[in-house]
Amino acid sequence: MTQTQARQQWMSLLAKAPPADLARLWAAFGDAPAYSFLRAPEAGGVMVQGRAGATGAPFNLGEMTVTRCSIKLETGEIGHAYVQGRDKDHATRAAQIDAMMQGAQAEALRAAVLDPLQEKMQAIRATRSAKAAATRVEFFTMVRGED
Amino acid sequence: MYVAVKGGERAIDNAHAWLAEERRGDPTVPELSVAQIREQMALAVNRVMTEGSLYDPDLAALAIKQARGDLIEAIFLIRAYRTTLPRFGSSVPVKTAEMACERRISATFKDAPGGQVLGPTFDYTHRLLDFKLAAEGETPTAPEGEARREPTPHITGFLNREGLIQTEDESGETPPDLTREPMELPAARALRLQALTRGDEGFVLGLAYSTQRGYARNHAFVGELRIGTVAVEMDIPELGFAIEIGEITVTECESVNQFKGSKTEPPQFTRGYGLVFGQTERKAISMALVDRALRWKELGEDDQGAPAQDEEFVLMHCDNIQATGFLEHIKLPHYVDFQSELELVRKLRRAAGAEEVKEAAQ
Repeated sequence: MTQTQARQQWMSLLAKAPPADLARLWAAFGDAPAYSFLRAPEAGGVMVQGRAGATGAPFNLGEMTVTRCSIKLETGEIGHAYVQGRDKDHATRAAQIDAMMQGAQAEALRAAVLDPLQEKMQAIRATRSAKAAATRVEFFTMVRGED
Repeated sequence: MYVAVKGGERAIDNAHAWLAEERRGDPTVPELSVAQIREQMALAVNRVMTEGSLYDPDLAALAIKQARGDLIEAIFLIRAYRTTLPRFGSSVPVKTAEMACERRISATFKDAPGGQVLGPTFDYTHRLLDFKLAAEGETPTAPEGEARREPTPHITGFLNREGLIQTEDESGETPPDLTREPMELPAARALRLQALTRGDEGFVLGLAYSTQRGYARNHAFVGELRIGTVAVEMDIPELGFAIEIGEITVTECESVNQFKGSKTEPPQFTRGYGLVFGQTERKAISMALVDRALRWKELGEDDQGAPAQDEEFVLMHCDNIQATGFLEHIKLPHYVDFQSELELVRKLRRAAGAEEVKEAAQ
Protein backbone atom coordinates (compact mmCIF):
# COMPACT_ATOMS: atom_id res chain seq x y z
CA MET A 1 0.00 0.00 0.00
CA THR A 2 1.34 3.42 -0.89
CA GLN A 3 1.54 6.22 1.64
CA THR A 4 -1.32 7.98 -0.18
CA GLN A 5 -3.54 4.90 0.00
CA ALA A 6 -2.78 4.50 3.69
CA ARG A 7 -3.66 8.14 4.29
CA GLN A 8 -6.88 7.84 2.26
CA GLN A 9 -7.84 4.91 4.47
CA TRP A 10 -7.30 6.60 7.81
CA MET A 11 -8.90 9.85 6.68
CA SER A 12 -11.95 7.91 5.42
CA LEU A 13 -12.15 5.99 8.66
CA LEU A 14 -12.01 9.18 10.73
CA ALA A 15 -14.66 10.84 8.52
CA LYS A 16 -17.15 8.03 9.15
CA ALA A 17 -16.28 7.30 12.78
CA PRO A 18 -18.90 7.93 15.48
CA PRO A 19 -17.63 11.13 17.19
CA ALA A 20 -18.17 9.74 20.70
CA ASP A 21 -16.01 6.67 20.00
CA LEU A 22 -13.19 8.75 18.56
CA ALA A 23 -13.38 11.16 21.50
CA ARG A 24 -13.10 8.31 24.00
CA LEU A 25 -10.15 6.60 22.26
CA TRP A 26 -8.37 9.91 21.71
CA ALA A 27 -8.73 10.90 25.37
CA ALA A 28 -7.33 7.52 26.42
CA PHE A 29 -4.33 7.97 24.07
CA GLY A 30 -3.65 11.27 25.77
CA ASP A 31 -0.27 12.09 24.24
CA ALA A 32 -1.01 14.97 21.85
CA PRO A 33 1.53 17.57 20.67
CA ALA A 34 0.56 21.25 20.51
CA TYR A 35 -0.95 22.49 17.25
CA SER A 36 -2.26 25.62 15.58
CA PHE A 37 -5.13 25.97 13.15
CA LEU A 38 -4.39 26.53 9.49
CA ARG A 39 -8.13 26.47 8.92
CA ALA A 40 -10.41 26.56 11.94
CA PRO A 41 -13.12 23.90 11.93
CA GLU A 42 -15.94 24.95 9.61
CA ALA A 43 -19.26 23.21 8.93
CA GLY A 44 -20.58 23.14 5.38
CA GLY A 45 -22.40 21.07 2.83
CA VAL A 46 -21.33 18.66 0.13
CA MET A 47 -23.68 17.91 -2.75
CA VAL A 48 -24.06 14.13 -2.97
CA GLN A 49 -24.47 12.79 -6.49
CA GLY A 50 -26.16 9.64 -7.72
CA ARG A 51 -26.41 8.16 -11.22
CA ALA A 52 -29.61 7.70 -13.25
CA GLY A 53 -30.35 3.97 -13.30
CA ALA A 54 -27.41 3.46 -10.89
CA THR A 55 -24.92 3.47 -13.79
CA GLY A 56 -25.93 6.38 -16.06
CA ALA A 57 -25.51 10.14 -16.06
CA PRO A 58 -24.89 11.80 -12.66
CA PHE A 59 -27.58 13.85 -10.90
CA ASN A 60 -27.71 15.81 -7.64
CA LEU A 61 -29.31 13.78 -4.88
CA GLY A 62 -29.05 16.32 -2.05
CA GLU A 63 -26.47 17.69 0.33
CA MET A 64 -24.91 16.26 3.47
CA THR A 65 -23.29 18.14 6.33
CA VAL A 66 -19.51 17.96 6.53
CA THR A 67 -17.02 19.71 8.82
CA ARG A 68 -13.49 20.42 7.68
CA CYS A 69 -10.39 21.52 9.53
CA SER A 70 -6.65 21.90 8.91
CA ILE A 71 -3.99 22.08 11.58
CA LYS A 72 -0.21 22.26 11.90
CA LEU A 73 1.62 20.48 14.70
CA GLU A 74 4.46 22.26 16.42
CA THR A 75 6.65 19.46 15.03
CA GLY A 76 5.71 20.68 11.54
CA GLU A 77 3.30 18.04 10.18
CA ILE A 78 0.11 19.33 8.56
CA GLY A 79 -3.17 17.49 9.08
CA HIS A 80 -6.45 17.82 7.19
CA ALA A 81 -9.89 16.50 7.98
CA TYR A 82 -13.26 16.31 6.25
CA VAL A 83 -15.71 14.53 8.55
CA GLN A 84 -19.43 13.81 8.33
CA GLY A 85 -21.74 15.97 10.44
CA ARG A 86 -21.23 19.25 12.30
CA ASP A 87 -19.00 18.26 15.21
CA LYS A 88 -16.07 20.71 15.28
CA ASP A 89 -14.18 18.84 17.99
CA HIS A 90 -14.46 15.69 15.91
CA ALA A 91 -13.01 17.48 12.87
CA THR A 92 -10.17 18.94 14.96
CA ARG A 93 -9.28 15.54 16.43
CA ALA A 94 -9.35 13.98 12.97
CA ALA A 95 -6.98 16.65 11.63
CA GLN A 96 -4.63 16.17 14.62
CA ILE A 97 -4.59 12.42 14.03
CA ASP A 98 -4.00 12.91 10.30
CA ALA A 99 -0.94 15.02 11.13
CA MET A 100 0.36 12.66 13.82
CA MET A 101 -0.03 9.66 11.51
CA GLN A 102 2.72 11.29 9.40
CA GLY A 103 5.11 11.42 12.35
CA ALA A 104 6.85 9.22 14.88
CA GLN A 105 3.71 8.38 16.84
CA ALA A 106 1.97 6.75 13.85
CA GLU A 107 2.27 3.14 15.01
CA ALA A 108 1.20 3.83 18.57
CA LEU A 109 -1.72 5.90 17.36
CA ARG A 110 -2.82 3.23 14.91
CA ALA A 111 -2.83 0.60 17.63
CA ALA A 112 -4.54 2.75 20.24
CA VAL A 113 -7.06 4.68 18.15
CA LEU A 114 -7.47 3.68 14.49
CA ASP A 115 -7.52 -0.11 14.87
CA PRO A 116 -10.06 -0.19 17.74
CA LEU A 117 -12.18 2.36 15.86
CA GLN A 118 -12.16 0.23 12.73
CA GLU A 119 -13.00 -2.91 14.71
CA LYS A 120 -15.93 -1.21 16.38
CA MET A 121 -17.30 0.08 13.07
CA GLN A 122 -16.84 -3.29 11.41
CA ALA A 123 -18.63 -4.99 14.29
CA ILE A 124 -21.63 -2.65 13.94
CA ARG A 125 -21.77 -3.31 10.21
CA ALA A 126 -21.39 -7.08 10.66
CA THR A 127 -24.26 -7.16 13.15
CA ARG A 128 -26.55 -5.32 10.75
CA SER A 129 -25.53 -7.64 7.88
CA ALA A 130 -26.23 -10.64 10.09
CA LYS A 131 -29.68 -9.31 10.95
CA ALA A 132 -30.36 -8.70 7.25
CA ALA A 133 -29.22 -12.25 6.48
CA ALA A 134 -31.76 -13.61 8.98
CA THR A 135 -34.54 -11.97 6.93
CA ARG A 136 -33.45 -13.60 3.67
CA VAL A 137 -36.43 -15.36 2.16
CA GLU A 138 -36.94 -18.10 -0.42
CA PHE A 139 -40.11 -17.55 -2.42
CA PHE A 140 -41.71 -20.64 -3.97
CA THR A 141 -44.06 -20.41 -6.92
CA MET A 142 -47.14 -22.51 -6.17
CA VAL A 143 -48.14 -25.08 -8.79
CA ARG A 144 -51.59 -24.22 -10.05
CA GLY A 145 -54.35 -26.71 -10.95
CA GLU A 146 -54.92 -25.92 -14.62
CA ASP A 147 -51.64 -27.36 -15.86
CA MET B 1 -50.63 41.94 -4.62
CA TYR B 2 -49.28 41.93 -1.10
CA VAL B 3 -48.88 45.28 0.62
CA ALA B 4 -46.88 45.32 3.85
CA VAL B 5 -48.61 46.04 7.13
CA LYS B 6 -47.09 46.96 10.46
CA GLY B 7 -48.09 46.66 14.07
CA GLY B 8 -49.14 43.76 16.25
CA GLU B 9 -45.66 43.15 17.64
CA ARG B 10 -46.81 42.26 21.11
CA ALA B 11 -49.53 39.95 19.82
CA ILE B 12 -46.97 38.18 17.63
CA ASP B 13 -44.52 37.75 20.52
CA ASN B 14 -47.28 36.38 22.71
CA ALA B 15 -48.43 34.03 19.96
CA HIS B 16 -44.91 32.64 19.68
CA ALA B 17 -44.65 32.28 23.46
CA TRP B 18 -47.88 30.29 23.44
CA LEU B 19 -46.57 28.22 20.51
CA ALA B 20 -43.53 27.31 22.65
CA GLU B 21 -45.78 26.32 25.56
CA GLU B 22 -48.05 24.24 23.33
CA ARG B 23 -45.01 22.61 21.74
CA ARG B 24 -43.94 21.39 25.16
CA GLY B 25 -47.43 20.10 25.89
CA ASP B 26 -48.39 18.82 29.34
CA PRO B 27 -45.34 19.51 31.56
CA THR B 28 -46.10 16.43 33.67
CA VAL B 29 -45.27 14.32 30.60
CA PRO B 30 -41.48 13.92 30.05
CA GLU B 31 -40.01 16.09 27.30
CA LEU B 32 -39.02 14.42 24.03
CA SER B 33 -35.30 14.61 23.26
CA VAL B 34 -33.82 15.14 19.81
CA ALA B 35 -31.99 11.81 20.18
CA GLN B 36 -35.31 10.05 20.90
CA ILE B 37 -36.83 11.50 17.72
CA ARG B 38 -33.73 10.55 15.70
CA GLU B 39 -33.78 6.96 16.98
CA GLN B 40 -37.48 6.24 17.34
CA MET B 41 -39.10 8.42 14.66
CA ALA B 42 -36.47 7.44 12.11
CA LEU B 43 -38.77 7.29 9.09
CA ALA B 44 -40.03 10.82 9.75
CA VAL B 45 -36.38 11.91 10.07
CA ASN B 46 -35.64 10.21 6.74
CA ARG B 47 -38.49 12.01 5.01
CA VAL B 48 -37.33 15.37 6.35
CA MET B 49 -33.76 14.69 5.17
CA THR B 50 -34.94 13.61 1.71
CA GLU B 51 -37.30 16.51 1.05
CA GLY B 52 -35.22 18.97 3.03
CA SER B 53 -32.40 17.84 0.73
CA LEU B 54 -29.85 17.63 3.54
CA TYR B 55 -28.52 14.44 5.07
CA ASP B 56 -28.12 15.12 8.79
CA PRO B 57 -30.30 12.99 11.12
CA ASP B 58 -29.71 15.19 14.18
CA LEU B 59 -30.78 18.37 12.40
CA ALA B 60 -33.83 16.65 10.89
CA ALA B 61 -34.84 15.39 14.36
CA LEU B 62 -34.41 18.88 15.81
CA ALA B 63 -36.54 20.32 12.99
CA ILE B 64 -39.30 17.79 13.70
CA LYS B 65 -39.28 18.74 17.38
CA GLN B 66 -39.37 22.46 16.59
CA ALA B 67 -42.16 21.94 14.03
CA ARG B 68 -44.26 19.94 16.54
CA GLY B 69 -44.25 17.00 14.15
CA ASP B 70 -45.42 19.00 11.10
CA LEU B 71 -43.08 17.41 8.57
CA ILE B 72 -43.50 20.05 5.85
CA GLU B 73 -42.70 22.77 8.41
CA ALA B 74 -39.66 20.69 9.46
CA ILE B 75 -38.58 20.37 5.82
CA PHE B 76 -38.93 24.16 5.52
CA LEU B 77 -36.60 24.63 8.51
CA ILE B 78 -34.01 22.30 6.98
CA ARG B 79 -34.19 24.01 3.59
CA ALA B 80 -33.67 27.37 5.28
CA TYR B 81 -30.70 26.06 7.27
CA ARG B 82 -29.22 24.43 4.17
CA THR B 83 -28.90 27.79 2.46
CA THR B 84 -26.60 29.03 5.25
CA LEU B 85 -24.03 26.26 4.68
CA PRO B 86 -21.00 26.99 2.53
CA ARG B 87 -20.78 24.40 -0.25
CA PHE B 88 -17.48 22.50 -0.02
CA GLY B 89 -18.01 20.70 -3.30
CA SER B 90 -19.72 17.76 -4.93
CA SER B 91 -19.22 14.09 -4.21
CA VAL B 92 -18.24 11.41 -6.64
CA PRO B 93 -21.55 9.71 -7.66
CA VAL B 94 -22.42 7.12 -4.99
CA LYS B 95 -21.88 3.52 -6.03
CA THR B 96 -25.11 1.74 -5.14
CA ALA B 97 -23.75 -1.54 -6.55
CA GLU B 98 -21.42 -1.56 -3.55
CA MET B 99 -24.21 -0.88 -1.05
CA ALA B 100 -24.19 -2.80 2.24
CA CYS B 101 -27.80 -3.94 1.75
CA GLU B 102 -30.13 -4.16 4.71
CA ARG B 103 -33.11 -4.79 2.48
CA ARG B 104 -33.12 -5.96 -1.10
CA ILE B 105 -36.08 -7.38 -2.94
CA SER B 106 -37.06 -7.99 -6.53
CA ALA B 107 -40.63 -8.44 -7.71
CA THR B 108 -39.40 -9.73 -11.08
CA PHE B 109 -36.82 -12.39 -10.17
CA LYS B 110 -37.67 -14.94 -7.54
CA ASP B 111 -34.15 -16.36 -7.40
CA ALA B 112 -32.27 -13.08 -7.60
CA PRO B 113 -28.53 -13.63 -7.06
CA GLY B 114 -27.76 -12.09 -3.70
CA GLY B 115 -31.15 -13.18 -2.42
CA GLN B 116 -34.41 -11.60 -1.40
CA VAL B 117 -33.67 -9.85 1.88
CA LEU B 118 -36.71 -8.40 3.62
CA GLY B 119 -34.95 -6.19 6.15
CA PRO B 120 -36.86 -4.22 8.79
CA THR B 121 -40.08 -3.92 6.78
CA PHE B 122 -43.76 -3.21 7.45
CA ASP B 123 -44.58 -5.62 4.60
CA TYR B 124 -46.41 -8.76 5.76
CA THR B 125 -47.41 -7.15 9.05
CA HIS B 126 -51.15 -7.31 9.70
CA ARG B 127 -51.57 -3.60 10.26
CA LEU B 128 -53.25 -4.23 13.58
CA LEU B 129 -52.51 -1.75 16.35
CA ASP B 130 -49.98 -3.23 18.73
CA PHE B 131 -51.08 -2.26 22.22
CA LYS B 132 -47.91 -3.72 23.70
CA LEU B 133 -46.11 -0.62 22.37
CA ALA B 134 -48.29 1.54 24.61
CA ALA B 135 -46.54 -0.06 27.57
CA GLU B 136 -42.94 1.04 27.99
CA GLY B 137 -39.78 -0.86 28.69
CA GLU B 138 -39.44 -3.32 25.80
CA THR B 139 -36.04 -3.69 24.13
CA PRO B 140 -36.61 -6.16 21.30
CA THR B 141 -33.68 -7.88 19.62
CA ALA B 142 -33.57 -9.34 16.11
CA PRO B 143 -32.17 -12.76 15.25
CA GLU B 144 -28.93 -12.97 13.29
CA GLY B 145 -27.97 -15.13 10.34
CA GLU B 146 -24.88 -15.80 8.26
CA ALA B 147 -23.82 -12.38 6.96
CA ARG B 148 -23.12 -11.92 3.28
CA ARG B 149 -19.65 -10.46 2.58
CA GLU B 150 -19.67 -9.85 -1.18
CA PRO B 151 -21.57 -6.95 -2.80
CA THR B 152 -25.07 -7.60 -4.13
CA PRO B 153 -25.30 -7.25 -7.94
CA HIS B 154 -28.03 -5.12 -9.52
CA ILE B 155 -30.95 -7.06 -11.05
CA THR B 156 -30.99 -4.98 -14.23
CA GLY B 157 -27.49 -6.29 -14.95
CA PHE B 158 -28.97 -9.74 -15.66
CA LEU B 159 -31.49 -8.38 -18.15
CA ASN B 160 -28.73 -6.33 -19.76
CA ARG B 161 -26.83 -9.49 -20.60
CA GLU B 162 -29.61 -10.54 -22.96
CA GLY B 163 -29.93 -7.02 -24.33
CA LEU B 164 -33.58 -7.00 -23.24
CA ILE B 165 -33.39 -3.79 -21.29
CA GLN B 166 -32.43 -0.28 -22.17
CA THR B 167 -28.93 0.49 -20.88
CA GLU B 168 -27.86 3.41 -18.71
CA ASP B 169 -24.49 4.51 -19.99
CA GLU B 170 -22.08 6.20 -17.65
CA SER B 171 -21.17 9.80 -18.35
CA GLY B 172 -18.95 12.23 -16.53
CA GLU B 173 -20.88 15.40 -17.22
CA THR B 174 -21.59 17.88 -14.45
CA PRO B 175 -25.29 17.67 -13.59
CA PRO B 176 -27.44 20.81 -13.46
CA ASP B 177 -28.30 21.94 -9.92
CA LEU B 178 -31.70 23.47 -9.25
CA THR B 179 -30.48 24.87 -5.92
CA ARG B 180 -28.05 27.05 -7.86
CA GLU B 181 -29.85 27.93 -11.12
CA PRO B 182 -33.57 28.34 -11.67
CA MET B 183 -35.21 25.37 -13.34
CA GLU B 184 -35.40 25.60 -17.10
CA LEU B 185 -37.80 23.58 -19.21
CA PRO B 186 -37.50 21.26 -21.01
CA ALA B 187 -35.39 19.76 -18.21
CA ALA B 188 -32.70 17.13 -18.70
CA ARG B 189 -33.33 13.86 -16.89
CA ALA B 190 -30.67 14.76 -14.29
CA LEU B 191 -32.63 17.87 -13.33
CA ARG B 192 -35.91 15.94 -13.25
CA LEU B 193 -34.38 13.36 -10.92
CA GLN B 194 -33.11 16.07 -8.58
CA ALA B 195 -36.56 17.70 -8.49
CA LEU B 196 -38.29 14.36 -7.89
CA THR B 197 -35.97 13.16 -5.15
CA ARG B 198 -36.66 16.30 -3.08
CA GLY B 199 -40.29 16.50 -4.19
CA ASP B 200 -43.25 16.00 -1.87
CA GLU B 201 -43.84 12.33 -1.09
CA GLY B 202 -47.61 12.65 -1.27
CA PHE B 203 -47.57 14.50 -4.58
CA VAL B 204 -45.10 12.10 -6.21
CA LEU B 205 -47.04 9.11 -4.80
CA GLY B 206 -50.31 10.45 -6.24
CA LEU B 207 -48.77 10.93 -9.67
CA ALA B 208 -47.17 7.47 -9.60
CA TYR B 209 -50.52 5.97 -8.65
CA SER B 210 -52.19 7.78 -11.55
CA THR B 211 -49.80 6.05 -13.98
CA GLN B 212 -50.77 2.68 -12.51
CA ARG B 213 -54.46 3.48 -12.92
CA GLY B 214 -54.10 4.28 -16.60
CA TYR B 215 -52.91 7.88 -16.99
CA ALA B 216 -49.78 7.36 -19.13
CA ARG B 217 -49.97 3.66 -18.40
CA ASN B 218 -46.52 2.12 -18.44
CA HIS B 219 -47.00 -1.00 -16.33
CA ALA B 220 -44.12 -0.91 -13.90
CA PHE B 221 -42.59 -3.80 -11.97
CA VAL B 222 -40.26 -3.21 -9.07
CA GLY B 223 -37.21 -4.74 -10.72
CA GLU B 224 -35.30 -4.05 -7.57
CA LEU B 225 -35.64 -2.19 -4.33
CA ARG B 226 -32.59 -1.92 -2.09
CA ILE B 227 -31.90 -0.08 1.14
CA GLY B 228 -28.53 0.16 2.82
CA THR B 229 -25.43 2.23 3.38
CA VAL B 230 -23.09 3.64 0.78
CA ALA B 231 -19.85 5.54 1.27
CA VAL B 232 -19.71 9.12 0.00
CA GLU B 233 -16.42 9.97 -1.66
CA MET B 234 -15.11 13.40 -2.60
CA ASP B 235 -11.97 14.74 -4.26
CA ILE B 236 -10.14 16.91 -1.75
CA PRO B 237 -8.44 19.74 -3.64
CA GLU B 238 -5.77 20.48 -1.00
CA LEU B 239 -4.74 16.81 -0.98
CA GLY B 240 -5.05 15.94 -4.66
CA PHE B 241 -6.83 12.66 -3.95
CA ALA B 242 -10.29 11.42 -2.96
CA ILE B 243 -11.35 10.28 0.48
CA GLU B 244 -14.62 9.01 1.91
CA ILE B 245 -16.22 11.90 3.77
CA GLY B 246 -19.08 9.91 5.24
CA GLU B 247 -21.56 7.12 4.91
CA ILE B 248 -25.27 7.54 4.20
CA THR B 249 -28.29 5.27 4.09
CA VAL B 250 -30.21 5.43 0.83
CA THR B 251 -33.17 3.68 -0.78
CA GLU B 252 -32.92 2.84 -4.46
CA CYS B 253 -35.70 1.59 -6.72
CA GLU B 254 -35.30 0.44 -10.28
CA SER B 255 -38.56 -0.07 -12.08
CA VAL B 256 -38.72 -2.29 -15.12
CA ASN B 257 -41.40 -1.38 -17.61
CA GLN B 258 -42.94 -3.21 -20.50
CA PHE B 259 -42.24 -1.41 -23.77
CA LYS B 260 -43.58 -2.51 -27.12
CA GLY B 261 -41.08 -0.41 -29.01
CA SER B 262 -41.54 2.85 -30.84
CA LYS B 263 -40.42 4.47 -34.08
CA THR B 264 -36.96 4.91 -32.62
CA GLU B 265 -36.55 2.11 -30.05
CA PRO B 266 -36.83 -1.70 -30.33
CA PRO B 267 -39.20 -3.71 -28.09
CA GLN B 268 -37.40 -4.04 -24.75
CA PHE B 269 -37.80 -3.28 -21.11
CA THR B 270 -37.30 0.33 -20.12
CA ARG B 271 -36.37 1.75 -16.75
CA GLY B 272 -37.42 4.26 -14.17
CA TYR B 273 -35.15 5.27 -11.33
CA GLY B 274 -35.68 6.36 -7.75
CA LEU B 275 -32.98 7.25 -5.22
CA VAL B 276 -33.67 8.94 -1.89
CA PHE B 277 -31.98 9.50 1.48
CA GLY B 278 -32.72 7.07 4.30
CA GLN B 279 -35.19 4.22 4.39
CA THR B 280 -37.90 5.90 2.34
CA GLU B 281 -39.17 3.23 0.00
CA ARG B 282 -42.64 4.49 -0.86
CA LYS B 283 -41.01 7.64 -2.16
CA ALA B 284 -38.30 5.74 -4.06
CA ILE B 285 -40.85 3.58 -5.88
CA SER B 286 -43.05 6.60 -6.64
CA MET B 287 -40.06 8.50 -7.98
CA ALA B 288 -39.14 5.63 -10.30
CA LEU B 289 -42.63 5.46 -11.78
CA VAL B 290 -42.86 9.21 -12.36
CA ASP B 291 -39.32 9.31 -13.79
CA ARG B 292 -40.38 6.62 -16.27
CA ALA B 293 -43.57 8.47 -17.24
CA LEU B 294 -41.58 11.68 -17.87
CA ARG B 295 -39.23 9.85 -20.23
CA TRP B 296 -41.90 9.45 -22.95
CA LYS B 297 -40.21 11.91 -25.32
CA GLU B 298 -36.74 10.34 -25.30
CA LEU B 299 -38.29 6.86 -25.77
CA GLY B 300 -40.42 8.02 -28.72
CA GLU B 301 -43.73 7.28 -26.97
CA ASP B 302 -47.00 9.12 -27.56
CA ASP B 303 -48.02 12.03 -25.39
CA GLN B 304 -51.23 10.78 -23.84
CA GLY B 305 -51.86 14.12 -22.19
CA ALA B 306 -51.52 12.53 -18.74
CA PRO B 307 -50.47 14.70 -15.78
CA ALA B 308 -47.48 12.44 -15.00
CA GLN B 309 -46.15 12.99 -18.55
CA ASP B 310 -46.39 16.76 -18.26
CA GLU B 311 -42.91 17.84 -17.22
CA GLU B 312 -43.93 21.39 -16.41
CA PHE B 313 -46.91 20.26 -14.33
CA VAL B 314 -44.84 17.73 -12.37
CA LEU B 315 -41.64 19.70 -11.84
CA MET B 316 -43.24 23.04 -11.08
CA HIS B 317 -45.62 21.57 -8.50
CA CYS B 318 -43.76 18.75 -6.75
CA ASP B 319 -41.82 20.94 -4.32
CA ASN B 320 -43.82 21.22 -1.13
CA ILE B 321 -41.86 24.23 0.18
CA GLN B 322 -42.57 26.28 -2.94
CA ALA B 323 -46.15 25.06 -2.84
CA THR B 324 -46.78 25.75 0.81
CA GLY B 325 -45.00 29.09 0.64
CA PHE B 326 -47.32 30.32 -2.06
CA LEU B 327 -50.39 28.64 -0.62
CA GLU B 328 -49.89 29.86 2.94
CA HIS B 329 -49.02 33.42 2.01
CA ILE B 330 -52.70 34.03 1.17
CA LYS B 331 -53.55 33.88 4.87
CA LEU B 332 -51.28 36.86 5.59
CA PRO B 333 -52.89 40.32 5.60
CA HIS B 334 -54.17 41.23 2.13
CA TYR B 335 -56.25 44.15 3.37
CA VAL B 336 -55.35 46.69 0.66
CA ASP B 337 -55.75 44.08 -2.02
CA PHE B 338 -59.10 42.99 -0.67
CA GLN B 339 -60.26 46.58 -0.18
CA SER B 340 -59.97 47.18 -3.93
CA GLU B 341 -61.83 43.93 -4.67
CA LEU B 342 -64.56 45.05 -2.32
CA GLU B 343 -64.84 48.40 -4.10
CA LEU B 344 -65.06 46.64 -7.44
CA VAL B 345 -67.83 44.24 -6.36
CA ARG B 346 -69.82 47.13 -4.86
CA LYS B 347 -69.46 49.06 -8.09
CA LEU B 348 -70.56 46.08 -10.20
CA ARG B 349 -73.56 45.52 -7.95
CA ARG B 350 -74.56 49.19 -8.20
CA ALA B 351 -74.30 48.97 -11.97
CA ALA B 352 -76.32 45.71 -12.06
CA GLY B 353 -78.93 47.28 -9.72
CA ALA B 354 -79.31 50.33 -11.94
CA GLU B 355 -79.70 48.05 -14.95
CA GLU B 356 -82.51 46.11 -13.18
CA VAL B 357 -84.35 49.33 -12.28
CA LYS B 358 -84.11 50.43 -15.90
CA GLU B 359 -85.46 47.04 -17.15
CA ALA B 360 -88.34 47.11 -14.65
CA ALA B 361 -89.30 50.58 -15.81
CA GLN B 362 -89.54 49.49 -19.44
